[in-house]
Amino acid sequence: MNIFLLFVLDILAVMIIIYLYRVIRGPTLYDRVLGLNGISTKAIIILIVIGTVYDRVEMFVDISTGYALLNLVGVLAITKYLEQREAPS
Amino acid sequence: MTYSFELPLLILLILTAGGAMFVKDLLSAVLILGSYSFFLALVWAWLGAVDVAFVEAVVGSGLATVFFVLTLFGIEPRDTLIRRTPPPIAAVVGLPLLGLLLLYAANDLPAFGDPASPASTYVSPFYLENSLADTQTPNVVTAVLMDYRAFDTLMETVVIYTAGMACWLLLRRDAR
Repeated sequence: MNIFLLFVLDILAVMIIIYLYRVIRGPTLYDRVLGLNGISTKAIIILIVIGTVYDRVEMFVDISTGYALLNLVGVLAITKYLEQREAPS
Repeated sequence: MTYSFELPLLILLILTAGGAMFVKDLLSAVLILGSYSFFLALVWAWLGAVDVAFVEAVVGSGLATVFFVLTLFGIEPRDTLIRRTPPPIAAVVGLPLLGLLLLYAANDLPAFGDPASPASTYVSPFYLENSLADTQTPNVVTAVLMDYRAFDTLMETVVIYTAGMACWLLLRRDAR
């Protein structure tokens, strides 16, 4: 197993934890939505790196593309929700 | 190898699960559950179950979030705040005991990827050896699902279709 890629994965996980602090503690809903967006960008990269570790990049590119597209739909739904009603806290 | 990627994934899973339990409003819980589901997809990808990871990332993390938010559209804004009651004593004492019991039982599980484990010696070799000659399908999972268990899959599809039709009929905008 490639030690370099493993370290890349772990550093990305630590960066996700930083975002996760904002998502869980975040005083307002907008913080949470932004944090989730940041997590999803890191997550796409993590999926590609896992694919590189396993030498199956083409399969994992499919996964990350599907995740990115649906994540966009999810964020659109959440912003639509926030637009419709003034966000509580 | 003692240093691995499973530990950060486990920490992320526990953080998101705990966070979803402790936030105060439903939309935040939905957001955190979406990220929890995605970390679960990472676990599947890391363990090599690419198909399961794909479904978990697309359905669990993407579509489920959208469906939960669509549900929140139909709820009064004051009902999205969660009023928590303290958990009963039996749960506080019993669930950690159950966790310890499960950890104790996990000692007896075969190691991950062990070729001599019961799951790898019963019918898996038959499928791995014969599925290409029998079905001409390069993917073994697809061969099992779509060829060996085609009727099973067909009936599952019928069940899901029926459930979807029932939900659609119940949730129509002009339903009386």
